[in-house]
Amino acid sequence: MWEHFHHLADIGIRGIDNSLKGAFEYAAVALMAVICDPQSVRPDIPVEIQCDAPDMEILLADWINALIYEMDVRKMLFSKFRVQIDGSTLRAVAYGEKTDTDRHSTAVEVKAATYMELKVARNEKGLWIAQCVVDV
Amino acid sequence: MCGGCMNRKLIKQRSEYKWLVEKTGKMNVEGIIYASEPLIAEMDDKVVEQIRNVAALPGIVAASYAMPDAHWGYGFCIGGVGAFDSDKGGIISAGGVGFDIACGVRTLHTGLKISDIDSCKTDIADRLFRRIPAGVGSTGKVKLSSQRLDEVLEGGAVWAVENGFGIQDDLRFIESGGRIPGAEPSKVSKEAKKRQEEEMGTLGSGNHYLEIQKVVEIYDAKTAAAFGIELDDIKISIHCGSRGLGHQIGTDYLKQMTIAAKNAGLELPERELACAPLDSPVGRSYLGAMRSGINCALANRQILTHLVREVFAEILPQAHIRLLYDVSHNTCQQEEHTVEGKRKSVFVHRKGATRAYGPGRPDLPEEYKAIGQPVLIGGTMGTSSYILVGTEQSEGLSLSSSCHGAGRQMSRTAATKQWNGKEVAGKLQHQGILIRSASMRGLAEEAPGAYKDVSEVVEVSHCTGLATKVAKLLPIVCVKG
Repeated sequence: MWEHFHHLADIGIRGIDNSLKGAFEYAAVALMAVICDPQSVRPDIPVEIQCDAPDMEILLADWINALIYEMDVRKMLFSKFRVQIDGSTLRAVAYGEKTDTDRHSTAVEVKAATYMELKVARNEKGLWIAQCVVDV
Repeated sequence: MCGGCMNRKLIKQRSEYKWLVEKTGKMNVEGIIYASEPLIAEMDDKVVEQIRNVAALPGIVAASYAMPDAHWGYGFCIGGVGAFDSDKGGIISAGGVGFDIACGVRTLHTGLKISDIDSCKTDIADRLFRRIPAGVGSTGKVKLSSQRLDEVLEGGAVWAVENGFGIQDDLRFIESGGRIPGAEPSKVSKEAKKRQEEEMGTLGSGNHYLEIQKVVEIYDAKTAAAFGIELDDIKISIHCGSRGLGHQIGTDYLKQMTIAAKNAGLELPERELACAPLDSPVGRSYLGAMRSGINCALANRQILTHLVREVFAEILPQAHIRLLYDVSHNTCQQEEHTVEGKRKSVFVHRKGATRAYGPGRPDLPEEYKAIGQPVLIGGTMGTSSYILVGTEQSEGLSLSSSCHGAGRQMSRTAATKQWNGKEVAGKLQHQGILIRSASMRGLAEEAPGAYKDVSEVVEVSHCTGLATKVAKLLPIVCVKG
């Protein structure tokens, strides 16, 4: 599952799942829900993404930033994600379509994933959480 | 959520509007907050924590400051000001500038009065909305290859004017004459450049806007006259920054600085405080890249000005659109200040804070030299904006810095629960403010009620002398992303 968490000036995104990769996938849906209504985005076009980082938390920030980059240069929105994490490397496919302001109920661009509230860890129930605040 | 969180034990009140964060622990300098009692009451403890963290960074001089609109940010608080001396091992921080490098405000004269545009207000609003690319996924008409983009990053607004977007005289009224020297496009990643290929001349989204405003109050007649401001004048203000290029430079260097700090064994209380010595390869690279970001923002606002001129030429050809001033509020700039009794060149980070030079600074245009720099403070789409002027004493108070805007008091999620975009636009139209936006949800998130009262922030700047009030403007047309 995904959720937004409170931050006064910006907004926090959080993915929760029993697998690490699932938490990363849901964090991406939480990102999309800041920008638009993800359910309105057709997962038609696949875009491959790869990131490497020195630790899991920076890897999450890199993953979110890679999605922001792909959205920006392709003028696309995404709604479905398949993530694989192997050591410090993330390989993923994001599925989406070209941005259509009206149909996708767009709200705001996200400038970047920040390192604020950046956390990748298991919670008290043993579920993985992957979260950070994004700058809008 | 957080109104009234400030723990008063953390600060000491020194005068009505000045609060001290005492130098303790690892702090190299003290912290100073300029705020009224109500503004302090709304501030979070995190602001004090962030002031203390910045005060502990190597090479900081004077003090770690927070402006009246300060709130919890990333690394530095928003509204944070900190200057660093490279001779003392001073640092530069990507988090201390933020992701929207050189986000700022440009205000334009039109030569028009309110009576001149009353009858065609709707037409202007519609045409501006069609002409100004804004919102998620929007693209500009100026498409640039990476090589051409390098010219923009070195040339800033000067490049824009040389390429037909504006007139030579515009440049005098932009900080640094429209082009900051020392930009190094080679230090900007190919990803950052790729993001900007289609984004020159775009407004962005969120709190960015283009407004037609009317002057409703003059506080300082002499300065207003020098700035060319009269009651009932129509002005235009543009609030935006360096777009995808600046965001990517921030992203790239935050990561580089974080890894470099970790490798150097530097313990940072917050990752967003990631920084590098000014005199180090990463520090120098960031400075060259960040300056490229500043030039990108200056060129962007110059192109948007050109689009505004085109629209006005179509329906109000008598309009004479000139710059009042253009000033950024997310930067790190090399400036001369008196530090420990000596004139020194230092690197001043202003993150959500506006430079506010007093009279006599060589950087100011001739017309303003005896008066001081215009300080442009944006409001929300339903509330007033202000023009202030830098003072002689602001250098001693805050390294010539002032507030930058209203600051949110409600999160975006809470705002969308409370308001609906159509209703917000309808209510504002009833008040005589025409809103044109690509996004109804965006309008709800930007509802005036989601922001603090900018007037209180401006009042504190005025009373402390950070910058004093010149004029108040109200929006009549607002284009948003």
